[in-house]
Amino acid sequence: MIFIAASLSFALIHLAPGDPFSGSITSPGLDPETARIRRSQYGLDRSLLQQYVTFIGNVVVGNLGQSIRHGRPVSEVLGIALPRTLLLMGTALILSFAAGVALGAWQAARRGSRADRVAGATSLVVASLPEFWLGLVLLLVFTYKLPLFPGGGIVGYMHDSLSPVGQLIDRVRHLALPSLTLAVLGTATIARFQRAALLDVLPHDFVRTARAKGVAERWVVYRHALRNALVPTIVLAGLSLPTLFGGAVFVESVFSWPGMGLEAAAAFAARDYPLVVGTALLGAVIVVIGGMITDVLHAAVDPRVRAR
Amino acid sequence: MTSVSLSQPQVADDVGVGGSSPWETALRALARDRSAMLGLVVLGVIAVVAIVTPLIAPGDYCIAQPDIIRLKNIPPSAAHPLGTDKFSRDVLARLICGARVSLAIAFLSVLVAATVGTIYGAIAGYVGGIADSVLMRAVDALLAIPRVLLLIAVATLWNPLGITGLVLVLGLTGWFGVSRLVRTLVASARHDDFVAAARALGAGDVRILVHHILPRVVSPVLVAGTLGIGNVIVIEAGLTYLGMGVQPPHASWGSMFYDGIEYFPSVWWVCVFAGAALVVTVLAVNLVADGLREALDARQLPAR
Repeated sequence: MIFIAASLSFALIHLAPGDPFSGSITSPGLDPETARIRRSQYGLDRSLLQQYVTFIGNVVVGNLGQSIRHGRPVSEVLGIALPRTLLLMGTALILSFAAGVALGAWQAARRGSRADRVAGATSLVVASLPEFWLGLVLLLVFTYKLPLFPGGGIVGYMHDSLSPVGQLIDRVRHLALPSLTLAVLGTATIARFQRAALLDVLPHDFVRTARAKGVAERWVVYRHALRNALVPTIVLAGLSLPTLFGGAVFVESVFSWPGMGLEAAAAFAARDYPLVVGTALLGAVIVVIGGMITDVLHAAVDPRVRAR
Repeated sequence: MTSVSLSQPQVADDVGVGGSSPWETALRALARDRSAMLGLVVLGVIAVVAIVTPLIAPGDYCIAQPDIIRLKNIPPSAAHPLGTDKFSRDVLARLICGARVSLAIAFLSVLVAATVGTIYGAIAGYVGGIADSVLMRAVDALLAIPRVLLLIAVATLWNPLGITGLVLVLGLTGWFGVSRLVRTLVASARHDDFVAAARALGAGDVRILVHHILPRVVSPVLVAGTLGIGNVIVIEAGLTYLGMGVQPPHASWGSMFYDGIEYFPSVWWVCVFAGAALVVTVLAVNLVADGLREALDARQLPAR
């Protein structure tokens, strides 16, 4: 799959009009002779097939080329940005999964009630909010109106002079708003899905058996049905990784969180082709790995998958 | 809300009253879904305003700058109901222009995505075998690339994109999910008895696919497409917010929002109204999508 994604990136680069040395934006006043030398330096004058083989070979060994903006290898730039994005996404994913499953189960236990309807309507509204919109609202409320959290970045100016505990608190305070933005949106989606999954499970025989045993309705939902209804939600969480990535791009821009999204946005402004393509490729790799983790979790929750 | 109709299964409709078609049944179910109707009404109003206003307003009202000094950043008033922005442009007029741009981009790109996805998925599902596997593995790989990162890459390589380019790019990165959906439905319908019957009557592959199988795919694609419109509006606003989408002087809700931030807390009206227009529209689209899913009983689709 990653091979196909890499091939697509190659195709994209070569379908695009011109190359880095023909544009007037990137290199104004570049004379044709210099452009020719540069092209041969970067191997752009070789046949398409040769370039393709080189490109795929490089991707396989993790060589994504040289970032034009940083003057350093793309893999090095992304190696710094990736853990930050993963920290942001991971925190958001864990928070939203926990809160979403809890909210969905809570709603399913009192389905049809006023509380359920209010929660359902709220999560539908929240799920419709754009990430950058919610991020800016949170930024406005918790940074400008109530100065509780820092306005952006990954650590404060004084970070190095803090005690280890102080450094940790500093990091958490910087992580709070961006991860909360993503988590709130994720919670709404997961809660809606979890509630529907539970309602699908409730008509099953084992639920009726539990009820017949005299188990209280609340425990029927929370203990017996929830475990079964978790399966589709875990699958959903895995499938929503690309969307989460997209959300992270916007959130990183709002909170100047120096991860892959901010790199990609900056690379766009600087016409840094290798870096944007590398970012998209690395994103695909992360999503594929995330899919594998989802499969493992799926097997852990659902014995039927393990048996196969 | 839709959550209510989930817990109260509407059995009565499925029985079908006196030979009404599935579409009539679905329409009636939709008409009874209050939140979906609310969404439709809101969308209808926005669409009518967006289409009709330019016909009665002066030509350049989107970018008119009557008095750059005196009319800069004035709060909502009788002359300018939603105030003016930093270039002294009327916010209401810009919002309406933005509606045209945002809605047109969303609608057209989803149309592209639905068309490409349906054709691709139908071919994969109908042909089956190795071709199917190859086609669908390719879709898996494409689905793995985060759409926003892919869009940023394309926007960088093809800069400047322009509105037509934006529509094409959003459409061509949006069909993967649809093709998967269509492929599953077509592959399962291929072995149904009605297809065997059609074949026995001498229908060719194209006729079977177009006349017998594809009609069953329409409603799930419709639901997926409606959800897609909401998604695309958000993504387009986000990309424009990052400076990659709709370029000035064209108005888009994303760019208005971005422009408004500069003066934000004191000049609140630009951001608030642009943001509200965005959220209300997306919410309305999602309400309609939810209602459609219920009405067409296409619940096998993933929830948003």
